[in-house]
Amino acid sequence: MEVSMTVNGTSYTHDVEPRTLLVTHLRENLRLTGTHVGCDTSSCGACTIIVDGETVKSCTLLAVQCEGAEIKTIEGMAENGKLHPIQESFREKHGLQCGFCTPGMILSSWQLLERNPNPSEDEIRHSLEGNFCRCTGYQNIVTAVQDAATKV
Amino acid sequence: MIPESFDYQRAGSVREALALLKQHGDEAKILAGGHSLVPTMKLRLATPGTLIDIGGISELKYINDKGDYLAIGAGTTHWMVESSSLVQQKAPALSQAAAQIGDVQVRNRGTIGGVLAHSDPQADYPGVVLALNATIIAEGSGGERTIEAADYFTGLWETALGDNEILTEVRIPTDSANANSCYLKFPQPASRYPYVGCAVAMDKSGGNCSDVRVGFSGVAESAFRDDGVEDAIRGQALNDDTIAAASAKSAEGRSVLSDYFVSEEYRRAMAQVYAKRALTQLS
Ligand SMILES: Cc1cc2nc3c(=O)[nH]c(=O)nc-3n(C[C@H](O)[C@H](O)[C@H](O)COP(=O)(O)OP(=O)(O)OC[C@H]3O[C@@H](n4cnc5c(N)ncnc54)[C@H](O)[C@@H]3O)c2cc1C
Ligand code: FES
Ligand code: FES
Repeated sequence: MEVSMTVNGTSYTHDVEPRTLLVTHLRENLRLTGTHVGCDTSSCGACTIIVDGETVKSCTLLAVQCEGAEIKTIEGMAENGKLHPIQESFREKHGLQCGFCTPGMILSSWQLLERNPNPSEDEIRHSLEGNFCRCTGYQNIVTAVQDAATKV
Repeated sequence: MIPESFDYQRAGSVREALALLKQHGDEAKILAGGHSLVPTMKLRLATPGTLIDIGGISELKYINDKGDYLAIGAGTTHWMVESSSLVQQKAPALSQAAAQIGDVQVRNRGTIGGVLAHSDPQADYPGVVLALNATIIAEGSGGERTIEAADYFTGLWETALGDNEILTEVRIPTDSANANSCYLKFPQPASRYPYVGCAVAMDKSGGNCSDVRVGFSGVAESAFRDDGVEDAIRGQALNDDTIAAASAKSAEGRSVLSDYFVSEEYRRAMAQVYAKRALTQLS
């Protein structure tokens, strides 16, 4: 069935099977491979993207549920060749090692700062509960979000 | 993991969804936030022939103050409940439960109607709507029906909702007990579903408990009101001794869930601990 959505400012219309997961649609049809699949069971948050202003796990949504939606993925965070301040902070504060969790971490950090511009360390950790990182031990991710909070 | 093929229908209104349900019969399932159904379909534990998506129906997403009660639309997300100052004020237990469901991404999508229709024994809201004495509104082809929370949860994954009915609204009385309510949870550390969730709503007068309602999630095959605890504390002065004696009655005489992580004995003990903390917090 036909599904149309705007992703990072560009409109796309595709014919998909209703059972196509949103993450599959983004990665395989739109070739936006910055959105990762870690667990495929709604647990790890690597597939986190923004749908109509709210973060979701794109492995737990059907593409057809997003008809008419406004979507942002990690590819849409930088503007005019300039990294988003949250991306800058992750780079400066070493908020990543292998980088696999990073797209999801950055979008979840965006959601946090959008709702709570001055979060405490506890609030940062609580709001990133849906995103797993197997490398950093989280400390530098928290530091990066604290740094980003002073910039956005 | 990819679900088995199905036919997808988007409903623009409750009326349209009901017509689609009638047309597709047993084959069809309602899709709301999809945060229980889609994972189940990916595992092919559910293979519905048709999905009727009610996720886009804006008339199901609201929290309204109706004076005697708060009306919450079935499509209201956990985040909307968590961030509503009205709910925080009139039914803090519901707000606290919403804020502890899964994680931010799950709360952005999952809906109160979806939780109550799904009736997962490990879900948070069921014990809370029992303690808050909520009413559930269901709509079918014959019109609207009200179901008291006390009659709604009928067993493991079972509710009083009919096959061709849609849950449309949850009503939370704005009484003084609900304004003095709380929800405490002992979560599974990975999934965050509750091993034990305890909701208490309490009326107090002059240091005594004049009335109380206690609901448990996660403890038994379905959520339940614990009249053992309620009867033991109602009318009593609120102090460490009376609270300890009442919470010791938690889940007494009921069969309690047991799993790989939390045995029946431990769950029972934790039910007592969480009831004690909740009663103490409100006293
Ligand atoms: C990673 C993860 C962690 C989670 N952690 C928790 C947790 O800690 N605590 C907790 O309580 N829950 C948890 N959940 C479940 C979450 O709260 C779901 O959102 C909820 O159980 C179902 O709501 P939904 O809107 O997504 O429903 P769906 O998945 O769309 O539907 C669930 C079922 O209800 C039916 N249904 C839905 N809406 C209606 C309606 N209005 N009328 C009739 N039938 C309807 C559907 O047909 C389906 O059978 C978690 C989920 C995930 C993925
Ligand atoms: S891949 Fe979606 S949550 Fe892990
Ligand atoms: S940086 Fe490797 S998983 Fe987070």
